[in-house]
Amino acid sequence: MTIASSSPPSRLPLRGAEGAGTTPRTGRARARERGGDGRLAAVFVAPALLGFTVFLLWPTLRGIYLSFTRFNLLTPAEWVGLDNYVRMVHDPIFWDSLKVTVEYVVINIGVQTVSALAIAVLLQRLTQSAVLRGIVLTPYLMSNVVAGLVWLWILDNQLGIGNEIIAGLGFDRIPFLADETWAIPTIALINVWRHVGYTALLLFAGLQAIPNDVYEAAKVDGAGEWRMFWRITMPLLRPVLAVVLIMTVIGSFQVFDTVAVTTAGGPANATNVLQYYIYGAAFGRFQFGYASAMSVALLVVLSAITVLQYRITRAGQSDLG
Amino acid sequence: MRVGMRTVVALTGALALSLVSGCAKGGGAGSSSGTVTYWLWDANQLPAYQACAKGFEKENPGLHVKITQLGWDDYWTKLTASFIAGTEPDVFTDHIQKFGQFADLKVLEPLDDLGIDPAAYQKGLADNWIGQDGHRYGAPKDWDTVALFYNQKAAKDAGLTAEQLNSLSWNPEDGGTFEKAIAHLTVDRNGRRGDEPGFDKNHVKVYGLASNGAGDGDGQTQWSNFAASAGWTYTDKKRWGSKYRYDSKTFQSVIKWYFGLAKKGYMAPFTAYNSQSSPGNAQVAAGTAAATFDGAWMISTYAGFKGVKIATALTPEGPTGKRATMMNGLADSVTKNARNKAGALKWVKYLSSDECQKTVGGYGIVFPATPAGTKAAVAAYEKKGLDVSAFTKPVADKKDFTTFSYPITNYAADVYALMHPAMQDIYGNGKSVTSLNRTNSQINLILDQ
Repeated sequence: MTIASSSPPSRLPLRGAEGAGTTPRTGRARARERGGDGRLAAVFVAPALLGFTVFLLWPTLRGIYLSFTRFNLLTPAEWVGLDNYVRMVHDPIFWDSLKVTVEYVVINIGVQTVSALAIAVLLQRLTQSAVLRGIVLTPYLMSNVVAGLVWLWILDNQLGIGNEIIAGLGFDRIPFLADETWAIPTIALINVWRHVGYTALLLFAGLQAIPNDVYEAAKVDGAGEWRMFWRITMPLLRPVLAVVLIMTVIGSFQVFDTVAVTTAGGPANATNVLQYYIYGAAFGRFQFGYASAMSVALLVVLSAITVLQYRITRAGQSDLG
Repeated sequence: MRVGMRTVVALTGALALSLVSGCAKGGGAGSSSGTVTYWLWDANQLPAYQACAKGFEKENPGLHVKITQLGWDDYWTKLTASFIAGTEPDVFTDHIQKFGQFADLKVLEPLDDLGIDPAAYQKGLADNWIGQDGHRYGAPKDWDTVALFYNQKAAKDAGLTAEQLNSLSWNPEDGGTFEKAIAHLTVDRNGRRGDEPGFDKNHVKVYGLASNGAGDGDGQTQWSNFAASAGWTYTDKKRWGSKYRYDSKTFQSVIKWYFGLAKKGYMAPFTAYNSQSSPGNAQVAAGTAAATFDGAWMISTYAGFKGVKIATALTPEGPTGKRATMMNGLADSVTKNARNKAGALKWVKYLSSDECQKTVGGYGIVFPATPAGTKAAVAAYEKKGLDVSAFTKPVADKKDFTTFSYPITNYAADVYALMHPAMQDIYGNGKSVTSLNRTNSQINLILDQ
């Protein structure tokens, strides 16, 4: 087997690079550019800013305010100070759901990152096939809910084809989503299945940015694939890997839909992830104040983890001289 | 391409406008003064209520009923959202489990002026919809009870006749003739029945009883008929009780025996159940279980199974000497912010009338709340070749049967949130039934506040 790509694969075009300077500028246009840059920029930023304010900033601020109230959405909110936070600290189900969520994130991110990295490296070093790259991405085209439902049916203990195969091979059926030890790993792996292609593609794009001459030099010096992976690929991919990790960890902490359609938090709260608990408190029990307090807690946890990850992985710096 | 500044501004403005107007408009469409909006969740019942609406429109020229049907899960989410957004329907089908919460949230319109006569409906149905403030918030619509659905062929193979299955009794000590029958209906992979020597409980091919899940706090189609026929009641009062009784010794002995059926291999394990992919009825349809308790609203579903003939039997007689079954009734409620309140009240009045309920009964899909409506439904079921006496007898015969209602209390959603995992823990993880003592005190603490 030979390693392909002695010529660098086509670079991803830089967005916006094309078109710049292709039309000759008139004097008027140049004048407008100088004088009206700020105003034009404001206009271009306005839609995004409007969306950010309406859908992110304002709800966040209001959520923080509501976390200090008792609020059922239909009657006016009543200020209760730190009551919701005190209740949260003393709520064993909250701590349990946090533990379950962390367990989910560890399995989900661990398996997903390793497999995505493997797929990305294989895609880069072994094949140029766009079809294969497309296939890797296909599960991501499915919505979380559909993916959850399909796997729910496949894995059903009595009627699922997955368990039929297991039973046909002479093994005992596995209650993937109905047993407290299996449920979280199963949900974590369902989401790995859906997201691994997308994550691999992000990492693949990162790999494309590593100049090929580094590999050539290493090869001349007699380095093998394994060694090149650890000495070249990993260090140079680090900033991309770090950003991908930060994004996927945040996404992973927000797991909700797969749980909602497969286990609804069960059996016996074994998959009661934080987002699901928050949802139940808000839309099942109309305790929007308490649900807001838990959301604020999640916000704090996520911010802390993100800052920590950013620091540890030095995501802002590159080793590429 | 040259995009003028003005175009950009215009586009941005249009986007912003569409956002704002999109939010404001919502579901307000179609609610002109003559329209009454009505929501229900059961798709099977839609044609029946469309027929009712026609009759209503004929009697009330100028009024038009717009019916929206949404699946059970979406129904409550959308209803909640509509209350918040101010796009709620004028009238909606209400469930007793949600009644307390809606009453708390003050989103329902009192129906005292409709002149609902409780005696005009099957006993108990009308009284359940009176809130703690003494006002009526629902007009009786229909009712259902629970019975045992079983696979006729499985019963025949086991040598059990319909008469035998209709005269079973049980007790929490040895399970009585009910447990014997369920054991006998169970077959392992070697063809041995549950009551035969050498029965392999770990490799069961057909369970006597399907798994319907752990039953949360009500156990409607799981353990409720056993608990009630042992003399237990959910709360200290018939309605709006302030203390739950999940800590009762009687209740816990019933639960221990009931989930014990799974340990013996006669009832499918908790892992066999999934509310989406494999509820009890799916297990019976697939042939992995011979029987299951289920509600009258499922009669047509079971009748529609391909290749599996299903019959129904009464719930077993308990230690009290009576058979018990939960009798639940839906109602129609008017929302406080109904756009067309006058029309809404008229429509509810019509929905609760004999005329509409007889029309609905004629479709043979549900038992309407008035006796005449019920009679029409029984006749319609008979026409389809379905014997529904296992559901109607408990309502007609008060000597041998007790019917009981869903628990009606405040904080029903909180009770559910605590009981749902607690019961799963017992059924699925083998936790002791005495763990319910703690859950019960947590629940009662919430009810005390």
